[in-house]
Amino acid sequence: MKGVEVNVQRVSRSYGDFKALDDVSVTIKKGEFFSLLGPSGCGKTTLLRIIAGFDFPDSGSVEFDSKNILPLPPDKRQSNTVFQTYALFPHLTVYENIAFPLRLRHVDKETIDKKVLEYVRLVQLEDHIYKKPSMLSGGQKQRVAIARALINEPSVLLLDEPLSALDAKLRQNLLIELDQIHDKVGITFIYVTHDQSEALSVSDRIAVMNKGKVLQIGTPYEIYEAPSTRFVAQFIGETNSFPCTILSCEPYEEEYLMRVQVPALNGEVSVTDYKAQPVGTQMDFTVRPEKVRISSNPPRSTVKELNTFKGIVEEPVYSGFQSKFYVKLDNESSTLVKVFKQHTAFLEDGPDIEWKDTVYVSWTASDGYLVKDTAR
Amino acid sequence: MNYHKYSSKSGFSFSYVMLALVIVFLFIPLFVVVFFSFNSARGMQWDHASLIWYKRLIFESPSLWSAFRNSLIIALTSSVTATVLGSLAAIGIKWYRFHGRSYITTVSYLPMVLPEVIIGISMLIFFSAVKVRLGMFTIFAAHTTFNLPFVFMMVSARLDEFDYSTVEAARDLGANERQTLTKVIIPTIIPAVLSGFLMCITMSLEDFVITFFVSGPGSGTLPLYVYSMIRYGVSPVINALSFVMILGTMVIAFIFRKFLKTVAASS
Repeated sequence: MKGVEVNVQRVSRSYGDFKALDDVSVTIKKGEFFSLLGPSGCGKTTLLRIIAGFDFPDSGSVEFDSKNILPLPPDKRQSNTVFQTYALFPHLTVYENIAFPLRLRHVDKETIDKKVLEYVRLVQLEDHIYKKPSMLSGGQKQRVAIARALINEPSVLLLDEPLSALDAKLRQNLLIELDQIHDKVGITFIYVTHDQSEALSVSDRIAVMNKGKVLQIGTPYEIYEAPSTRFVAQFIGETNSFPCTILSCEPYEEEYLMRVQVPALNGEVSVTDYKAQPVGTQMDFTVRPEKVRISSNPPRSTVKELNTFKGIVEEPVYSGFQSKFYVKLDNESSTLVKVFKQHTAFLEDGPDIEWKDTVYVSWTASDGYLVKDTAR
Repeated sequence: MNYHKYSSKSGFSFSYVMLALVIVFLFIPLFVVVFFSFNSARGMQWDHASLIWYKRLIFESPSLWSAFRNSLIIALTSSVTATVLGSLAAIGIKWYRFHGRSYITTVSYLPMVLPEVIIGISMLIFFSAVKVRLGMFTIFAAHTTFNLPFVFMMVSARLDEFDYSTVEAARDLGANERQTLTKVIIPTIIPAVLSGFLMCITMSLEDFVITFFVSGPGSGTLPLYVYSMIRYGVSPVINALSFVMILGTMVIAFIFRKFLKTVAASS
């Protein structure tokens, strides 16, 4: 495996009173595709700029393979950056832009020619070598930037929201290409984004950040299926999330089955978790909309782990491959529950559910989960 | 088939009238000057064609040429100084945060908007207060002062479009600070710097009012000399000089346009 391990330890950075990074520690493995995910202002770009050498932490350390890199200027680090604004040199052609790092090092002409062509091919820009950046589309510009950042053969590639200026379709394609490039060059990628679907689809691991802190580090699966805080649960995908109090807790197969009181649902809910919670703890109960079933008749299952609520469809939203329903519960709480229903084969969907229909929403205990509502 | 959408059929549209008026008011005076520079007589009466005034201009006007030399020296030195200082000031103010930044920006535009008479008088008072002898140096200083905001303004405008992350990209890709300056920053802003420089040269060569106040004995520039000649009656030598200058300006402007186009095309 090429690339280096990037070790960020207890890094803090403030701008005046604003804490951009607050005691952040992350270890990124050799050759990993690692994403820093969070809303704008969460500190993810600051962390990337510190790793690149454009910004400096007030305290803490950054190491590449246990070597402290903080004293090094950007041009002496084994990292290269792909910028959000592409940052191509406007007075140079595509070829000259990509050759720029090599020419700085006075590499001989033949080698430059060979390497530039190799990387131009990697990003599929063979037809545009002699064009100026102003004549390229956004996607092409970003490919040039990627080739230019890779030609120095860095150990770490830093990507600062590289796709955010592109349209959705192109973004998807370039993201897949980026993943393929990562597989080919095998170096460590650190990818900054505010788009959870980008992060989920290509990352080996993700660090979710908010307000200068890392809230959770894990694989996309772990982040989505087992968010550790309410913020992570709400930021990644869509969810129904309500404060709750633990009423009882008993072992259940290999996990624990808990009954929780949810005031927003005006009732009790069963939920399983691998971690036991003491009775009386205040937490957040969360269930993803796509895990909630919606039906016109009460669900037949009578197992006690099934949670069922009756309600009225307040707002059906058809969106092609699925429909979204906002169901207003039929009790004093009047809480809206989000339900996503995947469209499958015709006729298997059952009767159409329409506006103002009375429906039943249900989910099993293992589909919901509990998150801490602190540290959001 | 709408190629002639904006021209009326009568050929007597508003825009044609305006065009004619512009030509009459801007170019007829120039044409008159050029025409009479080839007149052998002194006055406004046409005698016969001759090059006598060109002969006088070229071979018999040593003080005119010394004034012209002064003008050139001052134009070049003050423009170079103003271009360097103005460009650096624009970079400094755009990319660095420091106390009094907006104040400096406002003040630096002052020479551009203040009436020239006021600048001239205040400079005269200043120079005599600090006991600097009026001469070439004071003219140079004054010209640098009023040229600077123009360079500052043009380079600032260019920097507004400049993506600062290209500087970071250059550093990131292995360029040290000097290489970043010579290989990225200067090539990007050079069109603005050059047009600023050209503007400085023009304004310095033609300035009369400010120069009038800060010039000393023997340091007169061409505009001052022409003015002094006119005071003793209009000499047709001035007509000849005008034609030479019109030609010269046109050639320089043409060359620079070509040059700027190639620079702009490569950026």
